[in-house]
Amino acid sequence: MQIVIIGNGIAGSTAARFLRKQSDHPILMISEESDYFFSRTALMYVYMGHLKEQDLFPYEPFFWEKNRINLLRAKVVQFDYENKKIHTDSGTAIGYDVLVLATGSQPFRPALKGIELEGVRGLYHLQDLQYIASNSSGLSRAVVVGGGLIGVELAEMFHSRHIPVTFLIREPSYWSNVLPREESLMIGQHLRDHSIDCRYNTNLKAILPDETGGCTAVLTDKGEQIATELVGITTGVVPNVGAFRSSGLEINKGILVDEYLQTNLPGVYAIGDCAEVKKPSSGRKPIEAVWYTGRKMGETVAATILGKPTVYDPGTWFNSAKFFDLEYQVYGTIDPQLPPDIETLYWSDGSSRSVRINYRTSDTSVVGFNLIGVRYRQEVCLRWIEQGCGIEKVLEELSFANFDPEFTTEVESAVVTLYNQKNGKQVKLKSQRSLTALLRIFKK
Amino acid sequence: MENLSISNPSPLFMSWRSKAGLAISVVGVFILGLLWIAGVSFEHWKALSISFFLMAYGMRIFIREEYSRFPSGIRNNGVWFRSLTARGIWGWIVGILITLFYTCLYWFPEYLSGLIQAFNRLSQLLRKAPADAWFVYGSLYTFAVVTMGIKFLYKYRHQRYQQIRTWSVVFFQLGFSYFLPGILVSLQQPELYFTYFWPLSYANATPATWSWQSQTSLGAFFFFFGLFMFFVATPVLTWFFGKRWYCSWVCGCGALAETAGDPFRHLSSKSIASWKLERWMIHGILVMVVLVTFLLWLNVYLERAVLKEYSSLFYKTYSFLVGAVFSGVVGVGFYPLLGSRVWCRFGCPMAAWMGIWQRKASRFRITVNGGQCISCGNCSSYCEMGIDVRAYAQRGQDIVRASCVGCGICSAVCPRGVLRLENASGDAARRGKDARLIQVPSSEVGLLKPD
Repeated sequence: MQIVIIGNGIAGSTAARFLRKQSDHPILMISEESDYFFSRTALMYVYMGHLKEQDLFPYEPFFWEKNRINLLRAKVVQFDYENKKIHTDSGTAIGYDVLVLATGSQPFRPALKGIELEGVRGLYHLQDLQYIASNSSGLSRAVVVGGGLIGVELAEMFHSRHIPVTFLIREPSYWSNVLPREESLMIGQHLRDHSIDCRYNTNLKAILPDETGGCTAVLTDKGEQIATELVGITTGVVPNVGAFRSSGLEINKGILVDEYLQTNLPGVYAIGDCAEVKKPSSGRKPIEAVWYTGRKMGETVAATILGKPTVYDPGTWFNSAKFFDLEYQVYGTIDPQLPPDIETLYWSDGSSRSVRINYRTSDTSVVGFNLIGVRYRQEVCLRWIEQGCGIEKVLEELSFANFDPEFTTEVESAVVTLYNQKNGKQVKLKSQRSLTALLRIFKK
Repeated sequence: MENLSISNPSPLFMSWRSKAGLAISVVGVFILGLLWIAGVSFEHWKALSISFFLMAYGMRIFIREEYSRFPSGIRNNGVWFRSLTARGIWGWIVGILITLFYTCLYWFPEYLSGLIQAFNRLSQLLRKAPADAWFVYGSLYTFAVVTMGIKFLYKYRHQRYQQIRTWSVVFFQLGFSYFLPGILVSLQQPELYFTYFWPLSYANATPATWSWQSQTSLGAFFFFFGLFMFFVATPVLTWFFGKRWYCSWVCGCGALAETAGDPFRHLSSKSIASWKLERWMIHGILVMVVLVTFLLWLNVYLERAVLKEYSSLFYKTYSFLVGAVFSGVVGVGFYPLLGSRVWCRFGCPMAAWMGIWQRKASRFRITVNGGQCISCGNCSSYCEMGIDVRAYAQRGQDIVRASCVGCGICSAVCPRGVLRLENASGDAARRGKDARLIQVPSSEVGLLKPD
């Protein structure tokens, strides 16, 4: 059985690895972007000089050869599903028995005047990083458009090279379509502490050209003109499915797949950012462009292809990010606006650490954790959510969830005290499983 | 591999004030160099004081410019673009200078006479004895640990584990490897280092050492203390805490690596080939030191009848190759080229011994937080021991590796909070066993139980 995977990102590479782990079928993985699988998430660190280029590659080149995963650098230009063949740009025809589409995303580019100019760039591909790096010297200012996760990464990148950054954010505060108000404001303050010029409630209206076809300034919807030579567009990503349109594949925003990640065509699967799940499990979205869903889909599709049909089940939502120096983790459901049947317990130190636990008013079962500057264990939080554990039981055992490095000042007792004050309760935090517990005994 | 040719923006990464700070430190080093080479004619101790002052003051400016002016956080901007920390021309210059110094120290101490003279006053003050090459070395070593330790404390001021650990190595270096031996000398006692044991200090357990140490009760105590530390304390402490109790909290070699060596930690090789080499070398040296010591004692037992001078020939060879060339010249001299833990990773027999315990019988491991890893590779890059931490983290597998010294930097630099150093007994029996398959429903993943 010849397996062909298009795309060597986290989804495609994981599929290839798990197919090889469990079988001996010939595997060919094709990429237009890079010779080897690389960590897209690490691009920013190469620009900032934390990592060198070769650190982007999680596996040494011999890994692929040793595991007999054949790699091909090519662009697939034509799909012949009837004869189970694909054609590359160099004119080669490649036959397959199973085709896995893992073509990922591409940056969404809003239709604006000047969007096509030199100097207007997203941050997604290796080539984007190359472009931004080679056009960074002598910049008087960079403008970043789109107040999400990639936007803040791009802002941090420019900041690391002492390039002033103006950050155009559509929402009234940073990422407020996802984060509750308190967290959003805390991160906004942190961005200010790092001298990022954030313009809230502001949209990009046009990009103004200079005489050589580069950009010279942006125009906002407030009529302000900001001089800049480089504009980072980070207004989200869309599935990279242009090549499949009108090829017989069912496509909405992404390639439509059933719960087994199968498309409407026999032997053709789609995984990762480019796939749109027709009936997502509860609490999940049809398209989720995050790292671990790509990995999970890769594992799942490998099992299905090898004759163990496996339903794609990403489980309870979780995610994480870092905004300059503030780490962020979320487990379960945290809505930006508190729904009427949900109660929230929010503790914060005012500047860099916060814990939010949301729970149902009806039976007090917890639904989500939102954490800034505090690390919690995924397994523990997800289990509490999935078992519908009551808030007071969770608070009693909250220390077991803590995943902060040893000796870190613990916040759990403050969280419990806050709950008791708000509700007139007497919940007691059980002792910790860490060295801190030992030290506390010594203190007594 | 693709060549991204990310342009080198080094001028952008360091402000002129940072550069001024470094330049002032370099002037201090230059004065040391003058004392070393020329033995300058004006009063040595004054020159030395000025040198120490300039080195410390320059570092103070550098710390302010690089760290304390800014909000606390991971500050590795430009590490791979700076000449000193990315094997550029400055890296080579510093590497060659340190290598030269060690070469003089071990084999041509007569060239250090200017420096030795300069340290005389300090030596008289502390030890009531004239300075020698080793006192010069110890003083410079301790000075580097303290000043660069302070720099490290500022750099990681948001991480309490890093703070406490750094205070610990600085304390042990200053107290047990500098003042205490000096005080012992001033009291006409043997110069003893209570934080180094056989087989790292391979001379500590030889018949020759025994014959002079057994003459004083302190010396005899020290001899057995070393054996106790090796055979009893090390396995027990390593069982509870991993080898970090020693390598990144107590050891003097570790103290220099964690402070002065910190800017070079990312230079260690992460390849699988170097991991293989590491296992051959470090265990080979452990076997060598055991053999060499055993032969010395056997020779005494046989009253030199069979082995004759060969056992001490073996000893001398080991002493030259491992004790001087490897642990000194290569171990420290090559910091800016191969990273800060070359000796600890490829050579130290004490590390090999603890590594065996850490691998086979210890609670210590680095736990991984579910599926949060994004494979960015910061953990691997900043591992001074060259462990490819990411390879484990991205498949949800706890990290149990003989070489891990528990410095905790992987956990600090992780942008997703995925790694935690752990010695709880809760799930210690399962440590590192299996990768957590992501498709396993979370109900089947063991909840970490309280002790």
